[in-house]
Amino acid sequence: MTSDSGEVVLSPPRTFVYIRKGDNMDILGQLFNALPGSVSQGLIWGIMAIGVYITYRILDVADLTVDGSFATGGVVAVILILNGCNLWLAMLIAFIAGMLTGAITGLLHTLMGIPPILAGILTQLALYSINLKLLGKANQSVNVNQTDLLISLRWVRDLAFRNPLITVGIVLLVMVGILYWFFGTEMGCALRATGANLNMSRAQGINTSFNKVLGIMLSNGLVAFSGAFLAQYQGFADVKMGQGAIVIGLAAVIIGEAVFGKIFKNFALRLIGVALGSIIYYIVVQTVITLGLDANLLKLLSAAIVAIFLAIPYWKKQYMEKHIGRARRG
Amino acid sequence: MLDIKNVEKTFNPGTINEKKALCDISLHLDKGDFVTVIGGNGAGKSTMLNMVAGVYPVDHGRVVIDGIDVTRLPEYKRAKYLGRVFQDPMTGTAADMQIEENLALAARRGKRRTLRPGITAKERAEYRELLKILGLGLENRLTAKVGLLSGGQRQALTLLMATLMSPKVLLLDEHTAALDPKTAKKVLEITDEIVARNNLTTLMITHNMHDAIQYGNRLIMMHEGRIVVDVRGEEKKQLTIEQLLQLFEQSSGSKFGSDKAILSK
Repeated sequence: MTSDSGEVVLSPPRTFVYIRKGDNMDILGQLFNALPGSVSQGLIWGIMAIGVYITYRILDVADLTVDGSFATGGVVAVILILNGCNLWLAMLIAFIAGMLTGAITGLLHTLMGIPPILAGILTQLALYSINLKLLGKANQSVNVNQTDLLISLRWVRDLAFRNPLITVGIVLLVMVGILYWFFGTEMGCALRATGANLNMSRAQGINTSFNKVLGIMLSNGLVAFSGAFLAQYQGFADVKMGQGAIVIGLAAVIIGEAVFGKIFKNFALRLIGVALGSIIYYIVVQTVITLGLDANLLKLLSAAIVAIFLAIPYWKKQYMEKHIGRARRG
Repeated sequence: MLDIKNVEKTFNPGTINEKKALCDISLHLDKGDFVTVIGGNGAGKSTMLNMVAGVYPVDHGRVVIDGIDVTRLPEYKRAKYLGRVFQDPMTGTAADMQIEENLALAARRGKRRTLRPGITAKERAEYRELLKILGLGLENRLTAKVGLLSGGQRQALTLLMATLMSPKVLLLDEHTAALDPKTAKKVLEITDEIVARNNLTTLMITHNMHDAIQYGNRLIMMHEGRIVVDVRGEEKKQLTIEQLLQLFEQSSGSKFGSDKAILSK
């Protein structure tokens, strides 16, 4: 999986390593065995999905920066860790690096008038070069035997704090707590208002441009933080590790809402629902791989799932309108 | 309180769609003036209001609110001095947020938004009292999402939000036009009451001549980007729709009859 020559290689279908095919285990046994790994990945990507939730649901902007900022988080963390930086400090700096990438997208949109989707694509493309330059090559491993890490997929069965399930789980809950507090403050309310109604926000004295930038920054900070976790978990950072991240994030948001939307009304619970959506996504992915799906088709599958789930509310509305229209005509 | 000085605005200048929306408009409002604005479609009523609110910059002229030149201030900074209610009930409130959250946003208009709580228990009690005045039963639905309210309820709430911080000027842009006649009447009554109680300087656009005559202490009529009629005081109180139409024909030199919208009573 590593190419020290610096050439860009496709990263392998990552870290579904707990499947030991030919182990004489039945499929259910394999799945059960893989569960801690799937849940760990789901939790890590859950932080990322909460970032996507902030832009997609709260700000009402589909921000594609995340494909780049996710890798930025992983790259920054790995470089810092290899240089002996304190692990939590490395996480914090990864978060800040992510916020900077978000600031670029935000300014491209608000200062230069570029539509948000295009602004995100531009930043994402630029970040590919930046990540490559930062890392100096396409990917870089951090060996858990030689370097201290916060989490690693090797510890996924340990009964200790370093178990990714515990570390990431606690961090995720703390983040949800902080976000819940923040979105209840005056600043947080202004951010929500900006996403809900631009005209009303400006009429109430809210600087909507500032709030858009702030929201996109916060989102990408979380995304990069998640990338920093994943790089440690899988033991390497790769400039392509964020490819398709937006789709996974959206899938988690949509699955979370579809499954828990009816019972989770509180804001904090809704964020947790998104994280659970991410876990469900990874369990489903693990299942279809165990059942023998070619791992190369994974992204096609993810895209199809997201497309269908995005279409459902639209179809529902069209059906209702047709239906009601018919009833009225009598 | 409000001074509009020689304001001009042309949309799409230099193109085939060039439209002179405001031609050298000047208007002065004293404190407590309640001015109704009437005119046909494209007369420049909304453009004038939007110039005051800072939705787009003026080409020429100045806008002064209570001695403060706001001509160059962006919309969100001018909001400090202004209360606004829009024609579309969806525009003035955030549908995805609660009634109390919308009010709390309005209560912080013109203030720095910090990391303090977005709404306090003390505020909730105040909002409950304020909502009672509307008489719409909203005081028991503080945590309901605004999207669940009817158009009339939303306009009443927007009005409350607009006047919560005693704006220097209240701008009403046909705020009852999208409502059914009964609700429109109710919202207008609430408007009149709030304006009178707080002695608010108000600029109200309406399509309804009847309302324009009934409410306020001054009436202006606009035509093709100019103010063509300006009636106030006793003279306005005595005004009838027939006289108003006559005044319009005299000053603009054209017939009013073609514009159906303005004739609605």
